[in-house]
Amino acid sequence: MNCAIGRLGFGVRLAASCWALAALAAPAAAQDLAITGGTVHTVSGDVLEGATVLIRDGRIVEVARDIDLPAGISLVDATGRVVTPGLFDVTTSIGLVEVGAVSSTVDGQMQGDPVRAAFDVVDGLNPRSVLIPVNRAGGLTTALAAPSGGLIAGQAAVIDLAGTSVDEMVVRAGAAMMANFSAAAAGGARGAVSLRLREVLDDARFWRDNRAAFNAGRSRDVSASRLDLEALGPVLTGEMPLIVSVHRASDIEAVLRIAADYGLDLVIAGGSEAWMVADRIADAEVPVIVKPLTNNPGGFDRLGARFDNAALLYAAGVDVIIGSFTSHNARYLTLEAGNAVRFGLPWEMALRAATLAPAEALGLAAEYGSLEAGKVGNVVVWSGDPFELSSRAETVVIRGRVTSLDNRQRGLLRRYRELDDERPAFKETGP
Amino acid sequence: MTEPRMRWCLFLALLSLVLVAAGCASSSGSGPESGPDPSAQAEGDGAKADRQLLSGTRNGAWESSYEPLPSGPVLIRGGTVMTAAGEEIVGGDVLLVDGRIEAVGMGLDVPAGAEVIDASGRFVTPGIIDTHSHLGVYPSPSVEGMGEGNEATNPVTAEVWAEHGVWPQDAGFWRALAGGVTTIQVLPGSANLIGGRGVTLKLVPGRGVTDMMFPGAPMGLKMACGENPKRVYAKQGPSTRMGNVAGYRAAFIQAEAYRETWDRWLEGDRQSDAPDRDLQLETLAEVLRGNILVQSHCYRADDMLTMLELAREFGFSIRSFHHATEAYKIRDYLAAQGVGASMWVDWWGFKMEAFDGIPENIALVSDAGARAILHTDSGLEIQILNQNTARAMYAGLAVGIDVSRDDALRWITANAAWALGIDERTGTLEPGKAGDVVIWSSDPFSVYTRADQVFIDGATVFDRDRSRGNPVSDFELGILPEAGRGGAR
Repeated sequence: MNCAIGRLGFGVRLAASCWALAALAAPAAAQDLAITGGTVHTVSGDVLEGATVLIRDGRIVEVARDIDLPAGISLVDATGRVVTPGLFDVTTSIGLVEVGAVSSTVDGQMQGDPVRAAFDVVDGLNPRSVLIPVNRAGGLTTALAAPSGGLIAGQAAVIDLAGTSVDEMVVRAGAAMMANFSAAAAGGARGAVSLRLREVLDDARFWRDNRAAFNAGRSRDVSASRLDLEALGPVLTGEMPLIVSVHRASDIEAVLRIAADYGLDLVIAGGSEAWMVADRIADAEVPVIVKPLTNNPGGFDRLGARFDNAALLYAAGVDVIIGSFTSHNARYLTLEAGNAVRFGLPWEMALRAATLAPAEALGLAAEYGSLEAGKVGNVVVWSGDPFELSSRAETVVIRGRVTSLDNRQRGLLRRYRELDDERPAFKETGP
Repeated sequence: MTEPRMRWCLFLALLSLVLVAAGCASSSGSGPESGPDPSAQAEGDGAKADRQLLSGTRNGAWESSYEPLPSGPVLIRGGTVMTAAGEEIVGGDVLLVDGRIEAVGMGLDVPAGAEVIDASGRFVTPGIIDTHSHLGVYPSPSVEGMGEGNEATNPVTAEVWAEHGVWPQDAGFWRALAGGVTTIQVLPGSANLIGGRGVTLKLVPGRGVTDMMFPGAPMGLKMACGENPKRVYAKQGPSTRMGNVAGYRAAFIQAEAYRETWDRWLEGDRQSDAPDRDLQLETLAEVLRGNILVQSHCYRADDMLTMLELAREFGFSIRSFHHATEAYKIRDYLAAQGVGASMWVDWWGFKMEAFDGIPENIALVSDAGARAILHTDSGLEIQILNQNTARAMYAGLAVGIDVSRDDALRWITANAAWALGIDERTGTLEPGKAGDVVIWSSDPFSVYTRADQVFIDGATVFDRDRSRGNPVSDFELGILPEAGRGGAR
């Protein structure tokens, strides 16, 4: 399927739907699977003991006890195991980085103008990134590959951590617009952040309504490039979520005001001081992506950072999402979730915060985030409580297929597991 | 100062300097072992002055002024006692008297006047030690005016001491304490080939850094190999690993000459003027004498082997490599040479020299019989050292590497103490050791467990259940009234 990333009037949305179709039309080999006998945390519904998750053609068709299984279907015995939806991290650059300090491998950041709304990461994605199998082995099945930097960093893509081509991997391009409440990027003052964001949004609206005049050279000046204004169209309509990295309570309030004024579908990322304005966030029905292991007052914009941020937000009625805020170690999502529980977030809510809540925030809840009929077959079988340090992801299913848990790190381990007379360079390390 | 300075004694005895008749107890020693030994008095002011001079100070300056918080006898009763000395005693007791561990076992008698703490259902470990911290030198808040970790003005800055940059009001100290950490080594950063001296601190609040200094702990020397120095000094050099090694060698050649000059003068009749002091070289000379422990930031296996060659050339020891993401590749060398490795659990990929990090690194090094240490280099991760230890242990167990719970606990206690030269004093739950103890709400190797109570030298410094009385940095007072509760949350 050939879906050019559109620069046409309805480009972004068109691209998104094309990619979604591409994903769902992925090669159809054996994607029928029954995961039997586990303790199944559906997230959207009950916890089912000894239940089966039945997947056909890559999608979940039934989750229940006592299912009649089709003859010859592949089986994964999860007896005594914990079964959850695949984890979904919305705070990564997976596929956009190999080695952080090697700039030629870093494709998540476009230099130059602080407004880069048109920058779309998709053509920079690397399905063969070594980060993908490493994180998949930790139970991560889906990630938002997000650009970073500047004031408006660009458009993030949702990917499943499987496949050998971008077409296969991408679930949705243009899944979210990333932005930073960054005074440094806006000209050195907080007020400039709001000024610049509002100016760009105003211009995007102007562009949308005066495109013909602009193209005919009969337009006032605008503050961003034509492509950037174009890309902001779906943000203005609320179709594309705007994820804003912001920490100080008053900065969060400023972003809430902007979102209300422009009717944006806002998601807060970071939110170290979000608990201090939790009621306002709850009233605005804005989800917050937190990194639970955050409590040092590392700057004057996060003096209020505390480990129970997630618990306090949840108690106030805010929709909490948990992120790892890393790429190489997005597998830490379970560690982050476990620590959110340690500091008061109910266990089931922590699981929700790493599965269904991110899917909801990105408008993907019809297909991702829980174990129920109709959803994409992304499922993890854990040796025990997925958040507990002793647990392992034993089976990781993506789109109904059992994926390999092998990776470069395990190859290194095999090579160096025994130090003996054979020199490591001669040791076979293949799976 | 209450502790005999054993390392100094050893050094002085070996050099047969002016203390031939003086014995080795510190003249101010008042610890339990120091009876009325006449030889102790005989250590003259001159000898003490010499000792200080070689270490790089005079007139007793820069010595620890640490005083333990007041404490009475405490019996921690009926917990699962993880000793880090081989045993895990279910239903065990730990008795703290006069700031030290008096006894560890089952059914200990309650001494008169002792406070009894019911630890049933809970776990007890030694206080945790982080061999690699920048708390105080890269403090919270991390803003302009506060970065003290890297004197990045010259590739060799052996003359700088981390303790001169430590800000005792770093809010991070008390968060680390709340995570069960009792002792840390604060190191300079890794911009330089030789970054300067590190200092070992006890996490007991003081107004100045000397109030926090672990009495008698040897100093560390931070060295860095690989990418950082050659990146920082790309323009002036070194700009390659070759240049890095040339830089170390040039510095140690100077240090050898300096050491000889000083040692000769001290051994002689001292009729001539004392040689000139050189702040850089007196640090490196102390490394050559074995009195300052080398803490070598190094990721790659080949870089570590190169550093071992350097150490061989100049006859010093590397106490511990730090970061050592590829230690698993040379764990046999580390074991054979008695060199420690302070490692993260599984950080990897942020630069080329970290590309081969694997989660089984620590377990492999430990299993090979080398001194495996889990460090953090992070103001956040220092708060979950117990969790990281569990992650490294389970990563090893998952692939069949034989690691016991006691082995794993030693990565953040006994082995870490050894890397800092304080293993005779702390790091295990054994009689005679300092009363540095943590009571955990449950198994410290579970993600859901919290440190309930932290003792340093027998005194409660942190208690999760008390709303007042836990340390809070000045910085956090009043600045954000609804949030200023320090590490208790």
